[in-house]
Amino acid sequence: MSTLVRDRAPIHTSPVAARAPRKRLSRRALLLGGAGVVWLVGFLFLHGTATLTLPASELTDLHRSLNQFNAWVAANRADNPVFQYVFTPLRAAVDAVANLFIGIFAASSTGLRLPEIGWLGTVALLSWIAFAVGNARVALLTAAAFVFFGLQGLFVEASYTFALVLTAVLFTLAIGIPLGVLAGVYGRVAKVITPVLDFMQTLPTFVYLAPLALIFLIGPASAVIATVIYAAPPVIRLTAHGIRCIPENTREASDSLGTTGLQRLLTLQLPLARRTIVMGINQSTMAALSMVTIAALIAAPGLGQVVVRALQSLDVGTAVNAGLSIVLLAIVLDRVTTAASRRAEPGASRKRRISRRTRYILLAATLLVALVMVQLSRTMLWAAAFPKDLNIGPAIVSGVSSASEWLQTNLFLFTVSFREAVTTGILNPFQSLLTETPFYLLVAVIVIAAFALGGWKLSAVTASCLALIIYLGLWSDAMVTLAGTLVATAVVIVLGVIFGVAMGRSNKVDQIMRPMLDAGQTMPAFVYLVPFLGLFGATRFTAIIAGIIYAAPVAIKITADGIAAISPTVMEAAVSSGSTPWQVITKVQLPMARQSLALAANQGLIYVLAMVVVGALVGAGGLGYDVVAGFVQSSLFGKGLAAGLAIVFLGILLDRMTQAAAANPVRKVPSAKSTTH
Amino acid sequence: MSKAGLLLKRTIPTLAGTAAAALLLAGCGGATVNQAAAAGASSTPCGSVNVALNAWVGYTANAAVYSYIAQNKLGCTVVQKDLSEQISWQGFASGEVDVVIENWGHEDLAKQYITDQKVAVDAGPTGNEGHIGWYVPPWMAAKYPDITDSKNLNKYASLFATSESGGKGQVLDGDPAFVTNDEALVKNLGLDYKVVFSGSEAALIQSFRSAEKNKTPLLGYFYEPQWFLSEVSLKKVSLPAYTPGCDSNAEKVACDYPDYKLNKVISKKFADSGSPAAKLAKAFSWTNADQNSVATDIQGGMKPDAAAKKWVDAHPDVVAAWLK
Repeated sequence: MSTLVRDRAPIHTSPVAARAPRKRLSRRALLLGGAGVVWLVGFLFLHGTATLTLPASELTDLHRSLNQFNAWVAANRADNPVFQYVFTPLRAAVDAVANLFIGIFAASSTGLRLPEIGWLGTVALLSWIAFAVGNARVALLTAAAFVFFGLQGLFVEASYTFALVLTAVLFTLAIGIPLGVLAGVYGRVAKVITPVLDFMQTLPTFVYLAPLALIFLIGPASAVIATVIYAAPPVIRLTAHGIRCIPENTREASDSLGTTGLQRLLTLQLPLARRTIVMGINQSTMAALSMVTIAALIAAPGLGQVVVRALQSLDVGTAVNAGLSIVLLAIVLDRVTTAASRRAEPGASRKRRISRRTRYILLAATLLVALVMVQLSRTMLWAAAFPKDLNIGPAIVSGVSSASEWLQTNLFLFTVSFREAVTTGILNPFQSLLTETPFYLLVAVIVIAAFALGGWKLSAVTASCLALIIYLGLWSDAMVTLAGTLVATAVVIVLGVIFGVAMGRSNKVDQIMRPMLDAGQTMPAFVYLVPFLGLFGATRFTAIIAGIIYAAPVAIKITADGIAAISPTVMEAAVSSGSTPWQVITKVQLPMARQSLALAANQGLIYVLAMVVVGALVGAGGLGYDVVAGFVQSSLFGKGLAAGLAIVFLGILLDRMTQAAAANPVRKVPSAKSTTH
Repeated sequence: MSKAGLLLKRTIPTLAGTAAAALLLAGCGGATVNQAAAAGASSTPCGSVNVALNAWVGYTANAAVYSYIAQNKLGCTVVQKDLSEQISWQGFASGEVDVVIENWGHEDLAKQYITDQKVAVDAGPTGNEGHIGWYVPPWMAAKYPDITDSKNLNKYASLFATSESGGKGQVLDGDPAFVTNDEALVKNLGLDYKVVFSGSEAALIQSFRSAEKNKTPLLGYFYEPQWFLSEVSLKKVSLPAYTPGCDSNAEKVACDYPDYKLNKVISKKFADSGSPAAKLAKAFSWTNADQNSVATDIQGGMKPDAAAKKWVDAHPDVVAAWLK
């Protein structure tokens, strides 16, 4: 769903474009302007014709034939060899591992449904592991967080989620690291694997939830498999990246000693890439957590189920309580893996305050304590199930509920009129501009724009993406989605510029904002939907807000980094020549950070698109709705699958076009000459 | 290196010692709470029951009463799973779901899972009769008497227009997972309307409530048995009458929804297990009024468990008959 880490080709500004004379319109501007005029004129005269609208209840023949997949799986489950020898054993194996961890941490299938290791043992053991791979601080954090889950009354749910994340991460690493190593060592493998990873990351999670649930049936096994698909790309990419980035001369030094390929891998490449690989593990773990939450829709137990239930009963209090747990779990997983990656840094061991020996003794002693606690939690009921009287969950739920009710009643007029103003003033006109223009005209306009931005190659890619969307029978829905996505992206860019400039200019603002942005990024999308659903109802507007919240942190961070990276001498020069702060921002900082701005726009767009399907849970129409409906109504299964693919093609199209625009920004830099020296 | 080696020599005994201690502890305290529980559980033959929890309060009421009795009278462990209707059926095959306690029709799924795959069985009617349809708030039916005939809906389309419905009238639907033909109905009856999804039963109820309170127009999907109808008695819009088979092609439907005899579906494995909870699932049957009373309590802020207890305590004879 999201694009967590992408290796991008470095963006080069073409010097020719920058030096072109300012007064004369370039060919590109002419083309873009012409395309715009054609579009508007075409819309005025031809609107409403050839819109390729497909009513929501109707299917094309393609969708019907995709529906057959459903029946085929049902008919072949029992005796098809693919099921007998591949899918069923795979499911059984994953299920066994998942149930092992669920049995250890959450609930074994015996009568009382108590875990093998009760809450006290879980807290002790996990804190010890955090201490062993990280440091004392993250161990304390782990203990505090898990005790807090208990206080919230969500210990069992949280440990279900933890057990599933653990299972998924283990499988992810078992598959991802070898693949990453292969891709790092052999360039050819990387070439094959990269487009597949791109595809996996643009494919909305919902799209593969439905077929996976069909093949592997609902339950923890499918949830883990879906999570592995979602979480594997970051660790594969980062492992490959880490190995590729080892300096050439280091490698040659090792080669000159006559090492074989395997020796080189084990003694040089893996140790040197260790830190990057652990970073990949961090990214994959975070991705796994957010996917395990969503997998509640296919019967994955845990915190996600609580959020789903709250979403259906519009229970803001419960959603926030469970959301808090998810965020805490995310923070724990993030901090522990980050601490582990620090420890993995080459030379980190020399900088430590305590000697290795003291550390080992400490580890052994604390392990002993942890084991005693584990044993206690296996034999004593008070240490097995978290005491029920120590429960502040209901207080949190009712507090948040009454606060949100107050907001809903008192802000009702404001929220509704704001929503209506945005919807009727911006969203609806823009959407009808896209959906009511004849499709051939819009295709022509987009292809011309692509040609202007990136030449023949880009326009060919664009044309084929559009052709595929038309073939999938979902042109009109794709345009609805495009309208929402573009509106959300515009807001994301504005937010990115405002907050990015503020953060880039002031360290203090940066320090305050950064943890908030981190939280926004680690929080699974599911969680913040419910409060906004309460405020704005299930509408496209709410879906757009969800997309903005998801995408804005990335855009803000990239912009802030770009602004902060401008050399201080340039700033000095501008200030000493008497520029006002406004002039400095508009004439120096923004123009000089335009590469970062373009990258922020690109990433913002991709992130917003990743939220399209989740947005459909709160009222977005278009492709997202098709995917959700296909997931829950078997007669629409094929249409949902097609809509998922259409989202991928839309994503490729938007990504390539914004990348091309970023490589050669349309806007010229007026003061480029005066500021570079 | 030698230092590390020395350290290793020293730590290995420590680690071994700890491991031995741990094993010893584990060995001594062999009787864990879990095993004790398992031993205790073997005296009652029930074990654990997985109940699918679909997203409407009527269903929650059924599930709450069933779970309460299974837990407290039969000693079963009940695991409730929040799942959407059609996804729940997939759970019969995987063992993730044992009981769907209120099923609305779904002939295609019944064919697939009961007739063809034989992983589920029909456990008989719940005693509830279900109706799905289009409803308007009572003030509209009073002000525009002919609005309750679908033939006149086009006349009023502009009343129902919202910013979400693109200039047409809005038909507000619930969760996309609910049984619905509304998209097809709008198209095949030639109505100038657009179906907009509110996403959940809770959102539908909220919309109808505020529509009646503020006298704003609303046309929406709704169903009974439903506790909310006793709070605001929504008026049903009559669609062209249902005839058997008129809804067989989902894309061509142009008739009203059938009357649903709601039933229970349980997994084949569970039915064959001889578990008393399976017997309870088959015997479970009550009236729309019963369901509404429990649902009203749940909606009023009672925990489903407490609402179920209240009903069970008030109807000992009915429960005793189920458990016979």
